[in-house]
Amino acid sequence: MQAFDDVTVLDLTCHVAGPYATRLLADFGADVIKIERPGGDPARALGPFQGDAPHPEKSGLFFYLNCNKRSVVLDLKREAARSALLRLADRADLVVESFRPGVIERLGIGWETLQARKPSLSLISVSNFGQTGPYRDYRASELVLYGFGGEMYSMGLTEREPVKMAGTAALFESGSAVAVAAAGALFASRRFGIGQRVDISLAETQLGGVDRRHAAAIGYQFSGRRMVRTAGAAAGMPGGIYACADGYVDFNGAGLYPDRVLDMLNSPEWALDPKYADPLARLNPAIIEEWNANFIAWCIERTKREIWTEARRARVLCGPLFTMQDMYEDEHFRGRGFWQKAEHRLMGEVEMAGRPFIMQQGGWQLRRPAPLLGEHTQEVLREAGVSEAAIAAATGEGVLR
Amino acid sequence: MTGRMPLEGYRVIDLCVVWAGPFATMLLGDLGAEVIKVENPFVFQPLTRGAMAHPPAAMIENSPAWSGGFPRNQLGPRPWNYGPTFVSIFRNKKSFTVDLRRPEGLELLQRLVARSDVVYENNATGTMEKLGITYDWLRQANERIIFVRVPAYGSSGPYRTARALGVHLEGVMGHTLLRGYEDTDPSANTAIYSGDYLAGAQGAFAVMAALWQREKTGEGQLIEIAQAENAASMFTQAIMDYTLNRRVQGTIGNRDVFGRAPCGVYPARSPGTAEASLDRWVSIHCTDDAAWEGLKRAMGSPAWAEEPRFATNEARAANFRELDALIGAWTAELEDYEVMRRCQAEGVAAAPVLEASRTFDDPQLRARNFFRRQRQADAGEYEYLGPMWQFGETPVEFYQPPVMFGEHNDYVYRELLGCSEEEYQRFQDAGHVAMEYDASVR
Repeated sequence: MQAFDDVTVLDLTCHVAGPYATRLLADFGADVIKIERPGGDPARALGPFQGDAPHPEKSGLFFYLNCNKRSVVLDLKREAARSALLRLADRADLVVESFRPGVIERLGIGWETLQARKPSLSLISVSNFGQTGPYRDYRASELVLYGFGGEMYSMGLTEREPVKMAGTAALFESGSAVAVAAAGALFASRRFGIGQRVDISLAETQLGGVDRRHAAAIGYQFSGRRMVRTAGAAAGMPGGIYACADGYVDFNGAGLYPDRVLDMLNSPEWALDPKYADPLARLNPAIIEEWNANFIAWCIERTKREIWTEARRARVLCGPLFTMQDMYEDEHFRGRGFWQKAEHRLMGEVEMAGRPFIMQQGGWQLRRPAPLLGEHTQEVLREAGVSEAAIAAATGEGVLR
Repeated sequence: MTGRMPLEGYRVIDLCVVWAGPFATMLLGDLGAEVIKVENPFVFQPLTRGAMAHPPAAMIENSPAWSGGFPRNQLGPRPWNYGPTFVSIFRNKKSFTVDLRRPEGLELLQRLVARSDVVYENNATGTMEKLGITYDWLRQANERIIFVRVPAYGSSGPYRTARALGVHLEGVMGHTLLRGYEDTDPSANTAIYSGDYLAGAQGAFAVMAALWQREKTGEGQLIEIAQAENAASMFTQAIMDYTLNRRVQGTIGNRDVFGRAPCGVYPARSPGTAEASLDRWVSIHCTDDAAWEGLKRAMGSPAWAEEPRFATNEARAANFRELDALIGAWTAELEDYEVMRRCQAEGVAAAPVLEASRTFDDPQLRARNFFRRQRQADAGEYEYLGPMWQFGETPVEFYQPPVMFGEHNDYVYRELLGCSEEEYQRFQDAGHVAMEYDASVR
């Protein structure tokens, strides 16, 4: 038994944010029916690919985002496909879509159509800037959305351009926000019979998030002060990122607890100088620099793991900068069973990050690998009572079976 | 609109600190749950209502806007009620005070737990245990309770006691080495907290999964969000490249992880310097050949854009430095919003990299009524960033402005816990009921 195993989601999203949201629902039991256009979700064309050879069934990104889902190919330009889709919607609790604003209405499967058929059904619409307003038709990507909505402006060096997060991290954040809204819509529907349209602007999910933006914005409202781009280099006693014998260690915020830092260093004579104990010393660049000269010498003699061991013993805020290899091989995550394997028909055994959180009951399960394109077209449409002739008309030609 | 909210009738006890936990409970509050912050007048938890209860004025002056930007640039009498780092995530919550280090304080918490559905905490490992708050203890008060814990690295394994903020566990999960400029060392990377966003949102999702489960089984449960593990999915491209190909990815700055070019941040005409936060930048990303054709038109079809070195995506990606310099020479003459308009008119993804204060002037956000004015007695009235979603029938409103320390003591002690006048007086005399921190707290 899984928490959402009584929930059916009709998933018309593609790329990263929408599919990540529906994967979270699928991971906790929902039957997520992924509708793909002929040719498939464009994420199938995005890497990394197994063996660096582009192939629609061998994208590591698509794989991760679509485990636990079933794939149905429908050419929604065909009338028969649209009526099959409505049959699927009748059996669903939630429809999630990420077409450009206006497209779902033009396809004849918009909110008014869905609501008339099933009042308790909700439609979650995910778009770049929302279903309304002057930017509703604007294009975007992770970089564009994060630069506009997230607190990217203050990331990097003052004299350089702002610099973003890695990969498509912001779209995973936004996808999480979509999942919360989807679950909220499920509660309104199941408890009160309320079906509704939920309009989600990816830009607004960046603005409304918790990573610094809200604080920079209200800090300005309060005081008229603005954020300057500031690097994370060594500052504070300690604070920021330090080089060590084999890499780097992050000590942001560690100086908030000077006693613990002293303990980590085993109270060397230099650190006991009373001028460092004055709370206002933390605001004096000359004193900070002097302290850091000694601290840097301590760091450079030790490896990142040695430093972290000392920091953990003394309860100091600290994190070594790991590569993916460091993290993958690390005994902590491995020992906790974090890494998971799935068997895929074309890729063989695929290893990936496992559960996002652990529930005692009804929790995360890897029930099936990412689907092949259209793998479940026949199965799903038959379940919905669509006739064989209608299935043929809805799917058209060139469907992988 | 129905006047109903998805999570109305559920009560959440918030024992959270910093950002990841309070963001989760804020989202639950946004969806209609009653969230009650439990706060201690004798303990100032750093990085939850500020760095210190009474920070020295010099510290505020020397801090960046997001921590030092207090209302009217004054600390005021109760800085913990409006510290800019945290005040925005105090909305849609109630606050009650009690000293959990004393037996009668714990007993009050247990009485509240008996009337609640969820207890959420993200303290450093061991903090709850030291107070005597465990899942078993909570279950004694309420068998159906859902208890969410957010240890940085999980409750088992060699790192279980490691102290961390979001920025540290992102370092461990590989993010800090994956992001930033290509030509600097990682110390050029600003401290960020994307892991707090992810764990917060997914924590709210986890609570709803457990409530959904409880509706079917009648049973509560314990949930563990190891924040480091939770953050991993954000770096899926790098993780899958390692598991599939054993490749260790490094930073590529603002370039596209899928190799589509151009993709970058370009200078726009600026009214002032970066030191004054008046430099302007605009992002442009061509995700296919059609977008590149559009960008060429937006730029006025310059001759250089037709050169073979930019003819295919492969060529553009290989010659990205030259390409970025040429695009930057075009953008530098224009306002950032003008670049956006010209690009978007041709179907090219582009937008200003907005400095936070400018979000309040953006036409799209204004047209969608994104912002919310809130008046809090101590801070005054200001405009806050809005909610993450627009629900048609159960709209998210900010029905409770950023909650002040102890603001709902009356409600919790008298209405929820049913304290008599004499009892309430006794708790007040003992210092549990307060709207100020004890004089001993710095």
